Amino acid sequence: MKNFNIANRQIDHISILEISGELDAHTASHLENSLQELIASKHIHIIVNCKLLDYIASAGLGVFMAYIEDVRSMGGDIKLSNMNDRVFNVFDLLGFPTLYDILEDERDAIKAF
Amino acid sequence: MTNSHKILTLTVHSSTKHLSEVRDFIGDYVKTLGLPQREISEIQLAVDEAYTNIIKHAYKNIPSNLVKVEIGASSTHLCISIYDKGESFKPNQYKAPDILKRVKNKQRGGMGVFLIQKLMDQVQYSRKGTMNEIRMIKNL
Repeated sequence: MKNFNIANRQIDHISILEISGELDAHTASHLENSLQELIASKHIHIIVNCKLLDYIASAGLGVFMAYIEDVRSMGGDIKLSNMNDRVFNVFDLLGFPTLYDILEDERDAIKAF
Repeated sequence: MTNSHKILTLTVHSSTKHLSEVRDFIGDYVKTLGLPQREISEIQLAVDEAYTNIIKHAYKNIPSNLVKVEIGASSTHLCISIYDKGESFKPNQYKAPDILKRVKNKQRGGMGVFLIQKLMDQVQYSRKGTMNEIRMIKNL
């Protein structure tokens, strides 16, 4: 995908997805595949670092909505970190900050596990 | 009449691969109006959501169909219309999503219309003949 990329890192038992670019209805399947692979391999402590994410549409939020319950029911979580104001605004408009752990920095997200 | 008051149109096929092109088209126009970056992003998002809904719901993901995006501005309003010839949206049957319930039920979607309504000042749906129009207005 030209305008969306994912880099995957592992710190101890925590999987970190660094997402960059634009997450919309076209690119959401890329993130979905990455999350599915992690969950299938029992990597359920997941941080999505949004530092380089420029843009998100509701299709992107829909990916998190689809998997968060599964991950939590397995004892894990999907935490989000390093969002810029514009991306956070979209999460906020839909009331996501009450449902998701959204942290200022990746280090805070690691500590929160 | 200044350049920003011109009406510009973009016609694209109904495919999500054109989403970034549509956002750029809107962004380039709105930037000439001198709006802050946050408002520019919000207007791009509203158009993205409307176009995505047309692709998915009006045209059922069939990419050969066409969607026309039209943008214009006066000194007081920005007006964006998106036209399609697919199945029309019925706003009276729309219910705002209960996000918590959707997360519990692992449902997604249904958030686009809600976002459009939050981000724009007026949203009107109409159908003339076989043509649907969503008109979104932002007060300047």
